[in-house]
Amino acid sequence: MTLSLDDVKRVANLARIEISEDEAQQALMQLSGIFDLIEQMQTVDTADIEPMSHAQDMIQRLREDVVTESDQHMLFQSIAPQVEAGLYLVPKVIE
Amino acid sequence: MQWEIVIGLEVHTQLSTQSKIFSGASTAYGAQPNTQACAVDIALPGVLPVLNYGAVERAIKFGLAVGAKINSPSIFARKNYFYPDLPKGYQISQFELPVVEGGSIKIQVGETEKIVRLTRAHLEEDAGKSLHEDFHGMSGIDLNRAGTPLLEIVSEPDMRSSAEAVAYAKALHTLVRWIGICDGNMQEGSFRCDANVSVRPRGAERLGTRCEIKNLNSFRFLEKAIDFEARRQIEILEDGGSITQETRLYDANRDETRTMRSKEDAHDYRYFPDPDLLPLEISKEWIERVEVMLPELPEARHNRYVEDFGLSSYDASVLIATREMADYFENTVKQLPAQVKLCANWVMGEVSGRLNKEGIEIAQCPVSPAQLAELLTRISDGTISGKSAKDVFDSMWQGEHDGSADAIIAAKGLKQISDDSEIEKLIDEVLAAHSQQVTDYRSGKEKAFNSLVGQIMKASRGKANPGQVNTILKKKLLE
Amino acid sequence: MLNASLKQLAAQLAERKISSLELTKAFLKRIKALNQDLNAFITLNEEMSLAQAQIADKMIASGQAYPLTGIPVAQKDIFCAKGWLTTCGSKMLSNFISPYDATVIERFNQVGAVNIGKTNMDEFAMGSSNETSYYGSVKNPWDIAAVPGGSSGGSACAVAARMAPAATATDTGGSIRQPAALCGISGIKPTYGLVSRYGMIAFASSLDQAGPMAKSAEDLAFLLNVMAGFDARDSTSLQREPEDYACDLEKPLGQLRIGLPKEYFAKGMSNDVASAVEAAIAEYRKLGATIVEISLPNTGLAIPVYYVLAPAEASSNLSRFDGVRYGYRAAQYTDLEDMYKKTRTQGFGAEVKRRILIGTYVLSHGYYDAYYLQAQKLRRLIASDFTEAFKQCDVIMGPTSPAVAFNFGEKSNDPIQMYLSDIYTSAANLAGLPGMSIPVGFGDKNRPVGLHIIGNYFREAQMLNIAHQYQQVTDWHLRAPARLPEA
Repeated sequence: MTLSLDDVKRVANLARIEISEDEAQQALMQLSGIFDLIEQMQTVDTADIEPMSHAQDMIQRLREDVVTESDQHMLFQSIAPQVEAGLYLVPKVIE
Repeated sequence: MQWEIVIGLEVHTQLSTQSKIFSGASTAYGAQPNTQACAVDIALPGVLPVLNYGAVERAIKFGLAVGAKINSPSIFARKNYFYPDLPKGYQISQFELPVVEGGSIKIQVGETEKIVRLTRAHLEEDAGKSLHEDFHGMSGIDLNRAGTPLLEIVSEPDMRSSAEAVAYAKALHTLVRWIGICDGNMQEGSFRCDANVSVRPRGAERLGTRCEIKNLNSFRFLEKAIDFEARRQIEILEDGGSITQETRLYDANRDETRTMRSKEDAHDYRYFPDPDLLPLEISKEWIERVEVMLPELPEARHNRYVEDFGLSSYDASVLIATREMADYFENTVKQLPAQVKLCANWVMGEVSGRLNKEGIEIAQCPVSPAQLAELLTRISDGTISGKSAKDVFDSMWQGEHDGSADAIIAAKGLKQISDDSEIEKLIDEVLAAHSQQVTDYRSGKEKAFNSLVGQIMKASRGKANPGQVNTILKKKLLE
Repeated sequence: MLNASLKQLAAQLAERKISSLELTKAFLKRIKALNQDLNAFITLNEEMSLAQAQIADKMIASGQAYPLTGIPVAQKDIFCAKGWLTTCGSKMLSNFISPYDATVIERFNQVGAVNIGKTNMDEFAMGSSNETSYYGSVKNPWDIAAVPGGSSGGSACAVAARMAPAATATDTGGSIRQPAALCGISGIKPTYGLVSRYGMIAFASSLDQAGPMAKSAEDLAFLLNVMAGFDARDSTSLQREPEDYACDLEKPLGQLRIGLPKEYFAKGMSNDVASAVEAAIAEYRKLGATIVEISLPNTGLAIPVYYVLAPAEASSNLSRFDGVRYGYRAAQYTDLEDMYKKTRTQGFGAEVKRRILIGTYVLSHGYYDAYYLQAQKLRRLIASDFTEAFKQCDVIMGPTSPAVAFNFGEKSNDPIQMYLSDIYTSAANLAGLPGMSIPVGFGDKNRPVGLHIIGNYFREAQMLNIAHQYQQVTDWHLRAPARLPEA
C-alpha cells in the first residue's frame, strides 16, 4: 500500500492537525519510509492467529454500582482555559 | 411510482444505575453543571475506566427479555471523533461482540401484529451536553451526563411506516421500564430515538440509501420526522436526484430535517478495542441469576389477560402500558376474581383518567387496589349504583373517611334502597300523588311509565334500585 | 551521602544521623547546581518537597517509618501529582497543575517518600533520545554531547548524576531500559499490570508500564515494593498477593539457565556493546549460570508491530488534548474546528504529530485489517516466541541498546534510525514481560553499556536477584560520571 498526499491530508484532518502543503509533502516522505518498515508485517501469514489486544490474558473486573465521587468542579475548573457559570466555554457549537 | 418506506431505529436508553458506566460519579438528573463530572468523566490526563456491574446486569436483563443471545466475551471499543461534549475525543462503545445480539419485539398496529427483529444492543457511555445559550458568542459545556450508561438498541430495518416505528418505540419504551433498566423519561433524555430512513420503489429488494435522523425525543416527533424525511427523499428521487447518506437533525419548530455538520467524520470513527478495558465475560451463572430476577414480561401478561381473563386484546394492551398499571389491575382482580371486566373498565377508565388529569403516576395513586376492590364489590352486590360509585371514588381519592368505600357510602347515604316493601311504599305514595299519569298509562300512553319512574327515583333521592322500581311499578299498574 | 544506596540512606535516617529535611535539601542543592547543564528536571517545587520531608521526619520520629520514608525520589513528569505542574514534556500541558495524584505518586506519598522534582522526558514519552521534549533535551551526564536516551531521559540522568537517589520512569517500548543503559544505571520495567497506570499519562495503554530507576538492583527492589500493587482504578491492574521483591536478592544463582537469542547477537549490535555484554555473560558463567542458545524467530517484526500498535493507541489517547477542559488552548482561532486544529498543531511537537498521523492512518477506514489487526496477530506470535524460549531458559539476556549513547542530532532527522533504538526492548512490551537493564561496562567514547535481562511473567524478584548477584561481584553500578563535581 502506498501512502498518498491526500491520505496525509485526510488523516491530519481526522486528527485535527493543521498541515500546510509543504508539511504534508514532508510528512508524506517520512511516513512513507516508516510504512516501508511496517510493510514487513505483510510477509507473514496470520490466517489462524488470534489477535492479541492486551498484554495479559485477563477478563474485565467490574465495579460495584455505587457513587464514590464528590463534586470537585471548582478544583477542576481552576485549570480550565475558559469557564463561566460552571460551564466549559468553547467556540459556538454548530450541530 | 409507489414507494415503500423502510425504517430501522437506534434507541439510546439511559440505564438506571446510581453511578456512571466507567466512574463512580452520580448519574442523578438535574444537578448544577459539571458537579457530577469527576476526573474520569472530564478525561483528565491519566485517568482510566472501570466497568459498572449494574450497567452490565441491566444489559443482560434486556437481552433475556427480547430473547437475544448474550455474548461472552463481549468487547468494548473506542469510537473516535472530536466534539466538545466528548471529553476523551472518543466514546467508549462496543463494535464487534456487543453484549446483546439478536432478539425481537412484537408490535401491534391496528389489528396487525408484527415482529421487529433486533440487530444488537450494546453498552456505551453518554456524552455531555452543549448548551447553546449565548456566552459572548460561545457555547457552554456541561459534562454531568458524560459517562452515563446507555444501552443502544438497534433494530433491523423491519418497519414500513411511521406508525410501525412509533409502535415499536412504544413497545420498547414499555419493556425497558417494565424490566426496570431505564426510567423512560423522554423529557430528561433517558429514552432517545434515532431513525434510519430510506425509501425504495414498492417491490424492490435492494434498500435505498438511508439517512439517519437524530434528536427525536418524543413519539410525536419520531412520527413527524419520519414522515417528513420520507417525503423529502421521495421528492428528490422523483425529481431524478439521488440521496446522500448522511446524519440529519430533526427541527421540531420547523418540522423538518437538516444536515448535521458535526457528523462529517461519521464515515471514519476508527473503532478499535479499548486497551484500557479487558474482555467482559458473562458467566452462565450470572445469566441464570438475572433470569430469575426477570418479571413476567408484557407479552406474556397480554396473552394471559386475553386467555385467562377473557379480556379483549385491546384492553389487555392498554392494561400492560406499564408494569405498575398491570400490577395495579391484577391486585384489584385478586380481591374480586369474579369481576375481571369491571376491574379492567375501572382501571382503564376512572383510575387512568384521574391519574392523567392530576398528572401523576399510578405508583402515587391515592386509591389502592384493595380500596378500589372494596368499591367495586359494592357495585357488584348492588349496594350502590355505578353512578354513585363515581362519587364514592372521588371521595376516596380525596382521602375522606380514610378512603373506606363503605364508610363513605354510609356517610353520604348512598346505599341503594333494595328492600321491596320500602320501594312499594315509595311507589304507593308517588302513584297517589300522580293519578293523572296512572290514568294516562292505563289508557295506553306508554311514556307515562318513564315519567313515573323518574318521580319515584326523585322521591328516593336516586337511591332506589332502578331494576326493582321497574318491576314493582309494572306490577302495581296492572293491578 | 549522595552516592549512598537506599538501604544506607534508610539506615542513616533511622539512626537519626541525618534528617529527611537535610537529605532533601542536599539533593535539591545538587539539582540546582547541575540542572542548568543537564536539564534533567522540568519542575522543582522546593516548598512542597520540604514539606514532605518534614512529614517524613515526623513519621520517623514516631516510629512509623517504612523503608523509603524520607528518601527523595525524582518523579517522571508523566505522573500526575496533585499541586505539581505535570507537563508530560509537552507544550500542551505547559500550564497543567494536576488536581489529583497518580496511584504511583499516592503510594510513594503513603510511605513518606519525598517528591524531589518532576523529571524531563520525551514529549508524551515518544522518543528515544529526549530530543522531543518541549522543555529542551536532557544531557547525558557521562558526556553532554550524547543523548541520555528516552523517553525517561530525565529520570536516568538524575540518578546517574546523583541528583536523586532514585527515580520513577515508564516504559512503552524501552523507555526505562534504554535510557538506563545509556546513562549507566539500573532500571526495571515490570510485568504489564503490576504497577497501576492510573494517573500516568497514557501513551500506548496496552504497552505502558511504570517502573523504577536507581543505581542498583537492590535499590530497584525497594522501589518496586512501593510501586507494585493492585489498584481498583485500573482495569488492567493485576490482583496478586503482594510480594517482597528484595527477599531473593541474596540467593545464589544456582542452576540458572541464561538464554541468548541468536537473533540478538546476529547483526546490528556494535562491537563495543557486544564485548561488554559478552564480558557480563562470562561473569555470569563464573557465578555458575549455564548459557543456552535460544531463538526468538519473530524478533525482526517487533519494531514494525510496535510502530503500528503504539501510534494507533496514542492517536486515540491524545485526542483528549483539545483545549477545552485543561492545558494549552491556542490564543487565536476562528471557530471550534479551528480552535481544535490550532491548539493541537501548536501544542504538540513534530514527533507526537507524526505518530498521531501514523496511528490515525492505521486505524482509518479500509486499513484496519491490514495494519492494526495484522499487528495484533503478530503480537501474539512475538509473545509465543518468548513462551517457547522460557521452556529452555530462566532468563533471556542481550544488549539493551544496539549501541552506546549517540550524539544529539545524529538521529533526530531520521525517525526510522531512531525507532530502531528500541529493537531489543519493544518485544518485552508487546509480550507484557518484565525487562531490566543494568550497567555492564563502557563502550566507545567511554559511554555506558547496558545488559538487558528479560524474565518470565512475574519473575521480577528472580531478575533482581540475578542482577544483584552480578552487582555483588562488579562495580559498574557504583561508577559516577567523573566530569561532574563529586557527589
